[in-house]
Amino acid sequence: MNLIQELEKEQLDKLRESKQIPDFAPGDTVRVNVKISEGTRERVQAYEGVVIGRSGSGINESFTVRKISYGEGVERVFPVYSPTIESISVVKKGKVRRAKLYYLRDRRGKSARIAEKIDVNRQKAKEVSQPEATGEENESK
Amino acid sequence: MRVGLIAEKVGMMRVFTEKGQHIPVTVLSLAGCQVVSHKTIQNDGYAAIQIGAGVPKVKNITKPMRGHFAKNKVEPKSKLVEFRIDESNFIQIGLHMKPDHFVPGQKVDVTGTSIGKGFAGAMKRHNFAGLRASHGVSISHRSHGSTGQCQDPGKVFKGKKMAGHMGAAKVTVQNLSIYSVDNDRGLIFIHGAVPGHTGGWVTIRDAIKIKSSIELPIPGSFIDPNAPKQESAPKEATDDLTTQDHSAQGENTEPSTQKLVDNDTPDNKMEENTSDVSEENEANQMPVEEADAANTEEVAPEDEENSDEQDIKKDDNGDSK
Repeated sequence: MNLIQELEKEQLDKLRESKQIPDFAPGDTVRVNVKISEGTRERVQAYEGVVIGRSGSGINESFTVRKISYGEGVERVFPVYSPTIESISVVKKGKVRRAKLYYLRDRRGKSARIAEKIDVNRQKAKEVSQPEATGEENESK
Repeated sequence: MRVGLIAEKVGMMRVFTEKGQHIPVTVLSLAGCQVVSHKTIQNDGYAAIQIGAGVPKVKNITKPMRGHFAKNKVEPKSKLVEFRIDESNFIQIGLHMKPDHFVPGQKVDVTGTSIGKGFAGAMKRHNFAGLRASHGVSISHRSHGSTGQCQDPGKVFKGKKMAGHMGAAKVTVQNLSIYSVDNDRGLIFIHGAVPGHTGGWVTIRDAIKIKSSIELPIPGSFIDPNAPKQESAPKEATDDLTTQDHSAQGENTEPSTQKLVDNDTPDNKMEENTSDVSEENEANQMPVEEADAANTEEVAPEDEENSDEQDIKKDDNGDSK
């Protein structure tokens, strides 16, 4: 590991300590809470849309979020570890077959939807861990 | 004017600030930056301090250079640079320079060898517009066009911008600011880009066009690699006593206001002042066990010598000024 990588890693570790960044991938719908400073006051604004790509690695990683705002497509690029991002939350997992969803730019409405990804393994795990709970529910029904 | 430093370019990275800005910084490594020798007006006709850095391959050290390093009792260095500074700001030979020689926020000028571009055309080299893409232009879309008039001058004027060799030249970027320094690893972080390849050598010195409002260490910030042997060093080595005195002051990282005071006071006072200071400093540098003994026995006679000789030196300086 060269010196630059070491220095970047140190900075990255420090940034990771200060806040939790969830796992998200292209196709996911995320809500990004962005800090905005107006003069001395600081407030948080949410920006919600579909992640159409992640690029870069380590501290240089960034992601692009696309949404339709007042009938106009808007894309915003955020550095993943930017201090201006207060938090990121995943609203919905999307099922896609591309790393970069640039084809969404040419689409509108129905064709621009992304199917929700249902994680079968995780659901099974849940069912196994809570068999009694589901059983009771069934009985009550 | 203070001495500059030489450093190796490690590369660039980004740093996030609290406010969320990201700042591009260049990382420079001092790589054992050390004072190698002094050029004095007496011996060489000009005053300069020679700084060396980097570890050379053994086969690349010539015999004459080996002699030069041996004379000054320093490790061989792969890169040597002279900085022309006043003799009053000299730093003792063999001392290692520290990154906090430069203070964060300070403006510096950085000199390096730019990346070579080879034989470049007029568009790349001089930002010419080139010729049109169509309307009868053939083959020469990136050429420079006309080079002058007709029979009247009958020649192409000297200095006409044309294609030719580009880059691999000495380039200075002025007024870059120091972002931060790392003393443990010997690193300097500079805001913005610096000429040259990663792994290339650059020299960093105080900006000449912007006077710093921040208090800088004068004559510099440095560390003795073999500090415990410090008290034996003055006896055997260097002839230049003024430099020793000032280096000692610098090591305590006090800005050397002493020097200014000395010049104004009469000679008697000066003698007292300087001897006091050097005594204190030497005591500080010594390890604790030896400090007592040295204070009583060794330092006292030496100080007398120091102050006497120093008077002479001061007089010399005064004449030359």
